[in-house]
Amino acid sequence: MTSLIAIRQTFGRILSTLAGAVGTVIIVLVVGAAILAPLIVTHDPDALDILNRFSGPSVAHWLGTDHLGRDLYSRLVFGAQVAMLVALIAITSALVLGTLLGILAATLSTRWERVILIVFDIISSFPSLVLALAVVAVFGPSTALVTVIVAVTLVPHFGRVARAQMLTLRNAPFMEAERLLGTSATRIVLSHVLPNIAGPLVVLASIDIPVVITIEAGLSFIGLGVRPPLASWGTLIYDGYAYLSDSMIPVIVASAALGVATLGFTLFGEALRDAVDPRLDRGGH
Amino acid sequence: MTADTPVIALEDVSVVFGGKVRALDGVSLHLHRGEIVGLVGESGSGKSTLCRTLMGLGEPTSGTVKIDGEPLGARLARDRLGFRREVQMLLQDAVASLSPRMRVRKLVEEPLHVHRLPLEDGRARIEVLLKRLGLPANAMEKFPHQLSGGQARRVAILRALVLRSQVIVADEPTAGLDVSVQGELLNLMLDLHDEFTLTYLIVSHNLNVIRRITTRSVVMYLGQVVEEASTAALFRTPAHPYTAALLSTNPVVDPAKRRQRIVLRGEIPSPINLPSGCRFHTRCPRAAPRCAQEAPQLRTVGEGQSVRCHFPLTDDLVAA
Repeated sequence: MTSLIAIRQTFGRILSTLAGAVGTVIIVLVVGAAILAPLIVTHDPDALDILNRFSGPSVAHWLGTDHLGRDLYSRLVFGAQVAMLVALIAITSALVLGTLLGILAATLSTRWERVILIVFDIISSFPSLVLALAVVAVFGPSTALVTVIVAVTLVPHFGRVARAQMLTLRNAPFMEAERLLGTSATRIVLSHVLPNIAGPLVVLASIDIPVVITIEAGLSFIGLGVRPPLASWGTLIYDGYAYLSDSMIPVIVASAALGVATLGFTLFGEALRDAVDPRLDRGGH
Repeated sequence: MTADTPVIALEDVSVVFGGKVRALDGVSLHLHRGEIVGLVGESGSGKSTLCRTLMGLGEPTSGTVKIDGEPLGARLARDRLGFRREVQMLLQDAVASLSPRMRVRKLVEEPLHVHRLPLEDGRARIEVLLKRLGLPANAMEKFPHQLSGGQARRVAILRALVLRSQVIVADEPTAGLDVSVQGELLNLMLDLHDEFTLTYLIVSHNLNVIRRITTRSVVMYLGQVVEEASTAALFRTPAHPYTAALLSTNPVVDPAKRRQRIVLRGEIPSPINLPSGCRFHTRCPRAAPRCAQEAPQLRTVGEGQSVRCHFPLTDDLVAA
C-alpha cells in the first residue's frame, strides 16, 4: 500500500534526527503510560493516607505522596491519561470540523466564505482563557467542558490551513478532470481532496498537541478544568503549589511531567513538519 | 433522433462573463458522429470557454448546446452520468489532470466506480485497452508524476475508453510532447477513431496536428467563428486573412511550399473592449474603411467553406 510506505518513510526521516528520535521516545512513554495507566500504577490514585502525607520518594511511593498522602506516581500516570484523552478528543474534533469548514469556505460562494472566516476570526480573537472563564461561569467546571473549549479554539487553526490548501487544489486540472468524469462532490472530497491536504493538517495537529496539554493544565490549575479528585497535571501543580512550604516535590514532579511531555510532542511535531516538507525531494515514492 | 442529427450542436452560443467579457459570441458548431473536427485559434479566442460550455461546466449566456438533439441542460438533469459517459474531455496538461496521489490502476478503475459499472468486465476491458494503447504492463503501479507526457495522455484516453465514450474533446492533445511521440499519439488517436467509431473535437493551435488528423476545421478569433471549411480546403485556399496569417506562421518542412509569412501587428484585442465592425480589422493586412464600421456575417464562399469577412481571399482567386 502506498500510504503505508509513505508513512514508514516519514517515520524513518523523523527518527533519523536527534530531536525527532527524542520526541518519539517521549511520546511513546507518555502515550504508553496513558494507555496502560491501570496496569502500571502502584496505588489507587485517589486512596488517602493522611499519616504519610508529604513523604519523600521511597520503595512504597516512588515519587512520594501529596498533601493527602496520595501516591504521586500513580496520580502522575493518570494525569497523563487525562491529558492524552483531552488532547486526542479535542484535536480530532477540531481537525474534522476545521477541515470541513475550511473546504466549505474555499468551495462555497464568497458570501459563505466570508461568514466562515468571520467566525474563525471571532474565535481566534477570543483568548481561550477568557472564553473558558465565561463558559465555566455558566456551566461549572468539568473535563468535558475543557475539551469542548479547547476544540472550539483550535477549529480556526485547521480551518484556515484546510481552506488555503483547498484554494490551491480547487483549480487543479485533476479536479476539473474528476468533475468531467462525473465524480460526485463527496467522492472528490474523500478520494481526491483529503489525501492531498492531509499532510499539513496532520503536522498542524501534532504541533497543537502540546498546546492542548498546556491549556488543559492551565485551566485545571486555576480550577476551571478537571475537578478534584481526578488527577490532572494542572491540578497536581495547583495542589502542590498550595502546600509548597511543606514539600516542593509534587510541584517539581508534575511540572517536569508537563514540561517533558510538551517538549516531546513539540520535537515530534517539528520533526514531522520537516519530514513532510514538500521542498525536500521525496524521490521515487 | 435521425441519422444526421449532430452528436453535439452549438446553436448561436454566447458566453458573457460579468456582463462585460464576451468570451463567446454567437458561435454555432456541429459535430456529426464519426467526424474529426479541429478548432483553431490563439489563446483568448474562446476555445477553452467553448469546451467548458459544451462539457456542461459553464452555462451559455444565450443560445443552446444540444447533445443528440436534446438540450444539454435537460440531458444533464435527466441523465448526468450518461452524458459524462458519452462525452469525455482530455485536458491539456495530462499529467496534472491525473489525481497525484493515486496509482494508475486506481485512476483507470475510478470510472467504473463512479459510473457503477460491473467491475469484472471493466477490469478485463482495462487490461485489453492497456495493451491496445501501448502502455507498459508496469504502468498500472505508477503514480502520475512517474509517467511521461505521452503515457499520461494514454492513461487519460484509457479513462475515457473504459466508459465507452463516443465523443472525445481533446484540448491540445500533443502539447508538451516530443515530435516523435506526438506522431505516435496522433496515429493512435486515428486508429482508435476507426476502431471505436469515435467523434473527435481537437482543440489546438498546432496546425500540423489539425492538418494531420482533422477532416473539418473551425477557426476562431475573439469569441467568433471566422472561418469554417474542410481541413483540405482551409489549408489549400484559406478565405479569411486571419486564417492565412495563421497558416503562414506554420513551419513547413519543404522550402518550396513555404508561404510568405504574414506578420500580424499587435496583440489580440481585449474581449472587454471589442473593436468596432470586424473584430479583426485592427490587425488585418487587408482592412478597408468598411471593416471598421460594418461587422461581417458568416457567409458561404465555397463547398462547405464559410467565412466572416467582407473581402475574403477566395474572392481574389475567383477574380484571378
